[in-house]
Amino acid sequence: MIKIVGAKLADGRVIDLDIDNQVIVKIENSARNLSNGAVDGSSKLLIPGLVDMHTHLREPGREDSETVLTGSRAAVAGGFTAVSTMANTNPVADNAGVVEQIYRLGKEAGLVDVNPIGAVTNGLNGEKLSEMGAMADSIAKVRIFSDDGKCVSDPLIMRRALEYVKTFNGIIAQHAQEPRLTVNAQMNEGSVSARIGLPGWPAIAEEAIIARDILLAEHVQSRLHICHVTTAGGVELIRWAKQRGIQVTAEVTPHHLLLTDDLVENYDPIYKVNPPLRTQKDVMALREGLAEGIIDIVATDHAPHPSEDKDCEFHAGAFGMVGLETALSVVVKTMVETGLMSWPDLIDRMSIAPAKIAGYATQGREIEVGMPANFILINPDQRWTVDKNKLKSKSKNTPFNGLELPVVVTDVFHNGEHVMKNGEILNMKAGSNGR
Amino acid sequence: MGILLSGSDIDRAIKRISHEIIEHNQGVSNLVLMGIPTRGAYLAERICKFITEIEGAVGCGVLDITLHRDDLRLRPPKPILPTKMPPGGIEGKDLVLVDDVLFSGRTIRAALDAIGELGRPKSVQLAVLVDRGHRELPIRADFVGKNIPTSISESVKVHLREYDSEDLVELIK
Amino acid sequence: MITGHLLSASDLTKESALGLLATAKELAQITDGPNKKLPTLRGKTVVNLFFEDSTRTRISFESAAKRLSADVINFSAKGSSVSKGESLKDTAQTLQAMGADAVVIRHSSSGAAKRLADTQWIQAAVINAGDGTHEHPTQALLDAFTIKQHLKSSEKDLSGVKVLIVGDILHSRVARSNVILLTKLGAKVTLVAPPTLLPVGVNDWPVKISYNFDEEIEDCDVVMMLRIQLERMNDSFFPSAQEYSKRYGLNTSRLQKLSKSAIVMHPGPMNRGLEISAESADDLKSVIIDQVKNGVAVRMAVLYELLGGAPIGEQR
Repeated sequence: MIKIVGAKLADGRVIDLDIDNQVIVKIENSARNLSNGAVDGSSKLLIPGLVDMHTHLREPGREDSETVLTGSRAAVAGGFTAVSTMANTNPVADNAGVVEQIYRLGKEAGLVDVNPIGAVTNGLNGEKLSEMGAMADSIAKVRIFSDDGKCVSDPLIMRRALEYVKTFNGIIAQHAQEPRLTVNAQMNEGSVSARIGLPGWPAIAEEAIIARDILLAEHVQSRLHICHVTTAGGVELIRWAKQRGIQVTAEVTPHHLLLTDDLVENYDPIYKVNPPLRTQKDVMALREGLAEGIIDIVATDHAPHPSEDKDCEFHAGAFGMVGLETALSVVVKTMVETGLMSWPDLIDRMSIAPAKIAGYATQGREIEVGMPANFILINPDQRWTVDKNKLKSKSKNTPFNGLELPVVVTDVFHNGEHVMKNGEILNMKAGSNGR
Repeated sequence: MGILLSGSDIDRAIKRISHEIIEHNQGVSNLVLMGIPTRGAYLAERICKFITEIEGAVGCGVLDITLHRDDLRLRPPKPILPTKMPPGGIEGKDLVLVDDVLFSGRTIRAALDAIGELGRPKSVQLAVLVDRGHRELPIRADFVGKNIPTSISESVKVHLREYDSEDLVELIK
Repeated sequence: MITGHLLSASDLTKESALGLLATAKELAQITDGPNKKLPTLRGKTVVNLFFEDSTRTRISFESAAKRLSADVINFSAKGSSVSKGESLKDTAQTLQAMGADAVVIRHSSSGAAKRLADTQWIQAAVINAGDGTHEHPTQALLDAFTIKQHLKSSEKDLSGVKVLIVGDILHSRVARSNVILLTKLGAKVTLVAPPTLLPVGVNDWPVKISYNFDEEIEDCDVVMMLRIQLERMNDSFFPSAQEYSKRYGLNTSRLQKLSKSAIVMHPGPMNRGLEISAESADDLKSVIIDQVKNGVAVRMAVLYELLGGAPIGEQR
């Protein structure tokens, strides 16, 4: 049994909480009596564990940049208790064998729930549907399907995919990027790209696909999720779709809530990401959209790359940024400190809503007796400075190096296990979480 | 700090140097002058003007030596100043180089190289307003306004009215 | 004077640009003399690091460096370790170990020169000799030099000079550098191109935009034709070479509309018969050969200002 004393909930109550056998067994107003062996929750906020619906853990295939184990450590350090891993591994997660392998690696790491996302098409090549049913029936119980990194650009394939996943209440997570409008694209198309001479990635290449897929989702009455929305126009389209009652959900990344395309002016590939950093106007629209709930969730698009893929000229650089360990802090900085969202809003966008969309029953639940013990302790008043060399992720490609950010995650409880204690990730043996 | 030459001393020195140049070259028929910027160029103009008055017309130019300096890699780069060829050029002429202060001789060494880029005069002579000694190269002046023994730690500052608003030579310790 | 690197025309102030042009003028005079070689950069090593073929630019920089007595190493991507996949970083570190004082870099990736200058890969002065579709600052300097040389009104700067830049603005590093430099020097620049070959965002540039060559040509002082790459046709930037040539090429009838004192420029290499007719290229108004010649003087000036003194930190 684990006892937590004196932690504050998002509603302001200060409580003591007991965990036993993976569930919360007791919550009562705090007696503020720190008995032997109890976890000191004073001056800390206790919130549900964060859920990331969009992570790249690179295993199998690119274990030099991240593994399920190192990615799990990064997730825990960032306050996550569940991550969904994108299918663009090598081999691609387009069959039951690969998704089960990833699922097992996650179990062995034993730090967070690792839920593989299945590919929509074989080899992510956009031509032929993968065996989504087999992946859904596997032990990984895949419900989210995505060709992320690539867009399912063929409208007929997209239509079929949306229809097909209805049999097991699946959802298609679309990487919205019209490929013909983004040939060789390197950064947002606009004033900055014109000046610095990099091929542009226009906002409408994203919006055209969002618009098309919204209409497809309406037509076939299926669930659509839009990955990493980056444009003001995209937010407007999703607002329109929701008003019409179309089953669309959307995510925004922490980096798109903070960074803008003028950072690319020094040609440092650390700012190279797909979809690209946009303008201040887009950033403001994304923040408003998230606050309003038009954008349902925050997802990291954690994309680890080895240093040689960033220590180079811009064109040669890889797309992507690591984000698991900075996500909560960046969202607090951009949404809570600015007064756009409350802590309960943040808990919804980073835990409750993603768990609901993904169908993770043990995640994103209320802090109540009988609920699975997936929650974290954070110090909301402490600030820290990002040091890329101290990241738990195997890759160091963070755009926030040297930036001072609010909120420190101190403790993580995953399925009742105290997996991070005062910032220290405990050495979990393979399979020790008992399932 | 002390005044070494007054305005009238400078006038007299220029006149004497001019006479010596005419004397030495037996007239001005094959003579051209080139001053080394900044102040050497103004001195050359003054000498040219005086010689023209008393003996006859003589060509005058400006020779920038920046690209030939041997201390380039020891200091920040300097802008290149315009080099002006004297009317009629320097080929086969008796060329008198004019500078304000003769010190280590390195400027004149660079000037001789710079002349080599421009052509092949019959002879090159050197006129300076002040020779303060401390030569580091085997170079001497043919025409000297005033010899001033100095300590190596001192410096000699020439002011000319075209550039500094007054005529004056001072010693700065 | 400029210091450090020359990566973009925006590194130059009006004063430093005019200073460079004045230095170039002096150097041009000297190298027109009997002895073309100056001792100024003796003992310095200039590396021409060319990841793209450009014989013209390379030999221009090479002769500029040699006339200042620098040692020149030509490092071209073809047939070197670069074609075997060596990274820019490793190449730069190799050149650093070989004691390069300046690196003249031509690269297909926009920003490659800036990366070389900003990272710690190499300490040398970096000169951008064309990076992707970004900039080519020495081309803009030699163009400004050539305009000043030919237009009487531009003795001091380029105030009031009307310049047309015609063609593939979208992919042109020459156009970007020229827009920055020429407007800084006071010129009025008009870009003439089909909308497909103008970047989105061009409206923020301090220039006039026109789709119609004929409407602009009559009262301009300078018409600068840009090279059009034929492969753009396959990407539907324009329907055919014939149509492009007809609407945006400098032909005899357009040449006749030019004012008496106007000049015709082209950064080369030309596609005769496509963006410029043979008659236009060889006309008396054409100063294309002068551009090539002035390129050497301008590049000498850049090398002198960047390398002529002591390295920063080692000055007496």
